[in-house]
Amino acid sequence: MNIDWSMLLGRLSLDALPDNIVTIGGAVGGVLGVLFIIGLLTYTRRWKWLWRTWMTSLDPKKIGVMYIAVSGIMLVRGLADVIMMRAQQALFATTADGPITADLFQQVFSAHGTIMIFFVAMGVIFGLINLILPLQIGARDVAFPLLNSISFWLFFAGMALMNVSLALGEFSAAGWLAYPPLSTLEYSPGTGVDYWIWSLQVAGIGSLLSGVNFLVTIFTMRRKGMTMMKMPIFVWTVLGSMLLVVFAFPILTATLGMLTLDRTIGTHFFTSDLGGNPMMYVNLIWAWGHPEVYILVLPAFGVFSEIVPVFSRKRLFGYTSMVWAIMAITVLSFTVWLHHFFTMGAGANVNAFFGIMTMVIAIPTGVKVFNWLFTMFRGRISFKTPMLWFMGFITTFTIGGVTGVLLAVPGIDFQVHNSLFLVAHFHNMIIGGVLFGAFAALAYWWPKFTGFHLHEGLGIAAFWSWLVGFVLAFAPLYILGLMGAVRRLDHYDASLGWQGLFIVAGVGVMFILLGVFFQILQLAYSVWKRKELACDSDPWDGRTLEWSTSTPIAEYNYATLDVVHGRDAFWSFKQSGRKRLSNYTDILVPKNSGFGPIIAIVVFVGSFAVIWHMWWLAAIGLIATILLAILVGMRENVERTITEKQIAVTEKKLWGSEA
Amino acid sequence: MNNESVTENKSLLSRTSVGFWLYLMTDCLLFATLFATFAVLRDATAGGPAGRDIYEMPLVLAETLILLTSSFTCGLALIGLATKNKRQVLYGLLATFVLGAAFLFIEVSEFVKLIGEGHGPQASAFLSAFFALVGMHGLHVFVGLLWLSVLALTIWRRGITDKLTRQLTLFGLFWHFLDLIWIFVFTVVYLMGIVK
Repeated sequence: MNIDWSMLLGRLSLDALPDNIVTIGGAVGGVLGVLFIIGLLTYTRRWKWLWRTWMTSLDPKKIGVMYIAVSGIMLVRGLADVIMMRAQQALFATTADGPITADLFQQVFSAHGTIMIFFVAMGVIFGLINLILPLQIGARDVAFPLLNSISFWLFFAGMALMNVSLALGEFSAAGWLAYPPLSTLEYSPGTGVDYWIWSLQVAGIGSLLSGVNFLVTIFTMRRKGMTMMKMPIFVWTVLGSMLLVVFAFPILTATLGMLTLDRTIGTHFFTSDLGGNPMMYVNLIWAWGHPEVYILVLPAFGVFSEIVPVFSRKRLFGYTSMVWAIMAITVLSFTVWLHHFFTMGAGANVNAFFGIMTMVIAIPTGVKVFNWLFTMFRGRISFKTPMLWFMGFITTFTIGGVTGVLLAVPGIDFQVHNSLFLVAHFHNMIIGGVLFGAFAALAYWWPKFTGFHLHEGLGIAAFWSWLVGFVLAFAPLYILGLMGAVRRLDHYDASLGWQGLFIVAGVGVMFILLGVFFQILQLAYSVWKRKELACDSDPWDGRTLEWSTSTPIAEYNYATLDVVHGRDAFWSFKQSGRKRLSNYTDILVPKNSGFGPIIAIVVFVGSFAVIWHMWWLAAIGLIATILLAILVGMRENVERTITEKQIAVTEKKLWGSEA
Repeated sequence: MNNESVTENKSLLSRTSVGFWLYLMTDCLLFATLFATFAVLRDATAGGPAGRDIYEMPLVLAETLILLTSSFTCGLALIGLATKNKRQVLYGLLATFVLGAAFLFIEVSEFVKLIGEGHGPQASAFLSAFFALVGMHGLHVFVGLLWLSVLALTIWRRGITDKLTRQLTLFGLFWHFLDLIWIFVFTVVYLMGIVK
């Protein structure tokens, strides 16, 4: 009997399973990893606990932790891609064959870029915002708690889709931004680009909703007395970053939508025939893509603006100029997108305009660098790990900035465009800026949320491994780029003499891996020795409101809402010798909700169905999504009360010895 | 009640409306992207028909008038909301629904006709952009009708509660926003399409 499964399964068949040794390894590893986690949860009977305390929680502190946990796992996956690429280039690239075929190599670098930007950098930034923003503005929650949970779960669904491509089908081989015509159906007929589109589309809509949520939080939820010019700088950078999210992500949504139409129903937005215009895609994707860079890096600037004053024991130098610099960067970041494709042929005058704008954006960034340096000037600096990450950041970021200004000159860009010089430049910005910022934030705020420090010695070891690894991994790329090595290269001729430098870069990756190893060790060791590393609620002598809460932080954050005076609100509380208030009143907090995870499952299944052309399942997914939206709108009794008495008991317990 | 909500410093209404205005702005940018695409591709007809060859202006004018009138009836429903007049709210919403559905019917039948004549979105880049922009507006109207039905049914059964007042106010914003977008569609796609 011959059954036609294609009605039911669309394009999905046994051919979708991996057949290359490397992809089989990846798929088996991924599946075993998921099975291990499921097994562990079942064995320790943690499912109910996971569902109740984490998955359905609307507490931004918990959602933040989940974001960061996902990012950490994705960082390891992205690094695995790096190892494959650098190993291929260092060891096998000059011979005819290595374990990684050309097509697989393309999938690997596309996955690396997509994962690192969308599921590591974005995840860690949104995680930090969830953890810190409500606390810093003295609020008890974000503006829309359920929306916040839905955002996270959409991010999670996008991440899951992207990783399913390991086991079923393939990932995009068209680069992290999938330029057409390569990404059109004609040249990429498989499911790879569709996986790419839908994991970005789903995660992107989550980011957009988060952007709206955090903006409203900043606009309407600040503690009484905290005017805009009294907000901590981290809050200002989040404001800038989220403004960029709400302005830029709709462009991504629309652009991906049009690419989807091209690939599924055969429209001609970006095809090379029937009037389609691939260059329009490049413009649109960078009109989102350039602001995206600043979406990531602005909050990292904010983190450093919090850390430098605390560890220099001085007020931040030039608060007002810092605010203006952030807002200038926010606006200017929409005026430079064309510098990503000077060579496309827009003409000398257009290139000149965008070249100049790109150089102009270096000015507010320079203002910030000098503000941090002047904050340190004559301060009593203590070089704890957060400060070390800052020192690493300011060095690598400045080098990246200088090479960025070089690239901003169209004449030079024509020479090094698409080369490893460019790759080295943007890794300088993203690793040196975003990732070091995230690590600094982790070391800085960890004791606030856990009540114990991360082990300092292991932190220092991790920092130096990362820094040395970073220099070794990317300094050779600048040189290779100037020698003419293009990006995304899986083979080159031995006579070019590049192999030595690629080996150095590979050694750099080893050092970075050592850094990650130290970080994992640091986490494990610190949790194990948490009694010895214990600290009070304000271990760094902090300046901003989050340090005024108890540790661990109550789910309502603040039992009482003291009026804020001045910029470093907690610092001025401490200076005035003010006591904690105890005039508690009842507090309403949001009840848990399962909508987030359920929506994630529905959207995941629906997107998976579209990728594989299972139209019946996609239709079910669409209808289920609409029904869920209606149900979300009809929710009643969404809050529960924590009574005055309960608060008094909780507060007494939480403050304990510090009372 | 001495409850101190997590959200004390601004009322729920003002938070949701700030949020909704921001959402509308993101939607505005979604349309801006599609308008820009249309502007780039409007002459990329690939030998097929241009806008002036396929637009049925009397129908488009009818669509415009119908949608503008539906904004008016939506406004009447909102006035009823302010005066807690349930009948006026429901009749206003019913009229809005009928007019919105009529608009959608004309649009869809125009699309069906074009596709039947071989001028579907696959025929040229211009037609892709045309269907995407006008269709995206139509999709929004469709979502608006769904939302409106749910709201009207709930009000019919439960009366005018605070929560429904909040949601209906937001719906009003949404519906007027769609009107505004249509005025741009009418101008940029249709009027500018038939001149020259």
